[in-house]
Amino acid sequence: MQADDFLDITDVVCPITFVKVKVALEELDDGQILEVRLNEGEPIQNVPRSLKDEGHKILSLDDLGNGTFTLLVKKGGLK
Amino acid sequence: MSANYKELKKGGFMRQRQPNYFSMRLKSVGGQFTAEQLGTIQSVATKFGKGYIHLTSRQGIEIPFIHLDDVDAVKKALAAGNVQVGVCGPRVRTITACQGNAICPSGLIDTQKLAAEFDKRYGGRELPHKFKFGFTGCHNNCLKAEENDMGVKGGVKPNWSAEKCIFCGVCQAVCPEKAIAVDKSAKSVTLDENKCVYCGKCIKSCPTDAWQGQSGFVVSFGGLYGNKIAVGKNFLPIIFDEEKLFAIVEVALQFFKDHAKSGERFRTMLERVGWEKFISEVEAVANAS
Ligand code: HEM
Ligand code: SF4
Ligand code: SF4
Ligand code: SF4
Repeated sequence: MQADDFLDITDVVCPITFVKVKVALEELDDGQILEVRLNEGEPIQNVPRSLKDEGHKILSLDDLGNGTFTLLVKKGGLK
Repeated sequence: MSANYKELKKGGFMRQRQPNYFSMRLKSVGGQFTAEQLGTIQSVATKFGKGYIHLTSRQGIEIPFIHLDDVDAVKKALAAGNVQVGVCGPRVRTITACQGNAICPSGLIDTQKLAAEFDKRYGGRELPHKFKFGFTGCHNNCLKAEENDMGVKGGVKPNWSAEKCIFCGVCQAVCPEKAIAVDKSAKSVTLDENKCVYCGKCIKSCPTDAWQGQSGFVVSFGGLYGNKIAVGKNFLPIIFDEEKLFAIVEVALQFFKDHAKSGERFRTMLERVGWEKFISEVEAVANAS
């Protein structure tokens, strides 16, 4: 699956993680896909859930094995 | 004065080191006060106290520096503004609670509603020693359930349905106990129920609602956090039925009454009498259908 944009949030901590994802999603249209690189721990516990709560649909999550993940999320995919 | 003092303490007046002054304890349930109550408290603290209040460690409010001569006037002023006096002594104490699922996105149970119901049923009940209840909405445990003589924590038992799952892998990554394994190529998801702590993170994160579950209560007994420190023990499976929870409370309070010496805390009694006896009595009620 081809992402429309890429965002790295491994250099920030909660709650800035989600704020950055939100801002990146605002730049996209509904149905477009954002790829997010994020850390294990708090970001992985919170970011997917917050995305779900805001109506975006997670398509996949890949564990890169080095403490980071790649998340693919479709803007507004749950609406 | 000394006979009067016992009555005053029952009515929430804590004697201060300054002669004839009392720190007045107010009734709190789940740490919620209305704006109207706050207005009343403010005016009493200004008029009869020293213009400040103290927030206690268990979600209560105290108004220090109430003079003995003003006790009746203060009681009247508080009652007129819908503020009740708190309890001290050997009985069910302030029932504490986090905001629970009415407010908090992580919440799995309505802690405030439960705290109010518990207050109605058990608030102030006379026992061999003090007894504390605490409610926390989920495994994050903001209200620290296991500090209490009886703690109740919201939990949820997750169930997975294959039809909805897109094998994205999120649940495996969010599970703090590593209880979930997602095999993307074999298209399988497995749950190790022995590792699950009923936190509900898998359910809240799953993008397709492939994880669902019923919320319930995870109960702990015998917490102490004062002179002696002990963590409340959980030995029951998650309880889904509110009536069953009430039945368990009755068994625990009766056990306390029947077995504790006067002035002995619940935990101390359990250690002396033996946990096994208590556990079997509680399990008998918990397992009854
Ligand atoms: C996805 C986004 C967010 C996550 C995952 C998150 C997570 C958390 C967590 C876990 C706590 C600790 C709670 C505790 O220990 O009791 C917390 C506290 C706090 N958060 Fe956030 N948060 C997020 C967004 C925000 C935002 C957007 C703000 C404000 C702009 C914010 C402000 C605060 C504040 C002020 C506290 C301290 C509250 C207190 O001490 O009582 N958070 N957050
Ligand atoms: S214990 Fe859970 S429900 Fe209660 S405030 Fe904390 S996170 Fe929210
Ligand atoms: S989060 Fe939901 S959709 Fe994703 S693998 Fe787990 S059960 Fe399947
Ligand atoms: S409820 Fe919590 S501990 Fe149990 S499987 Fe889900 S995420 Fe893991």
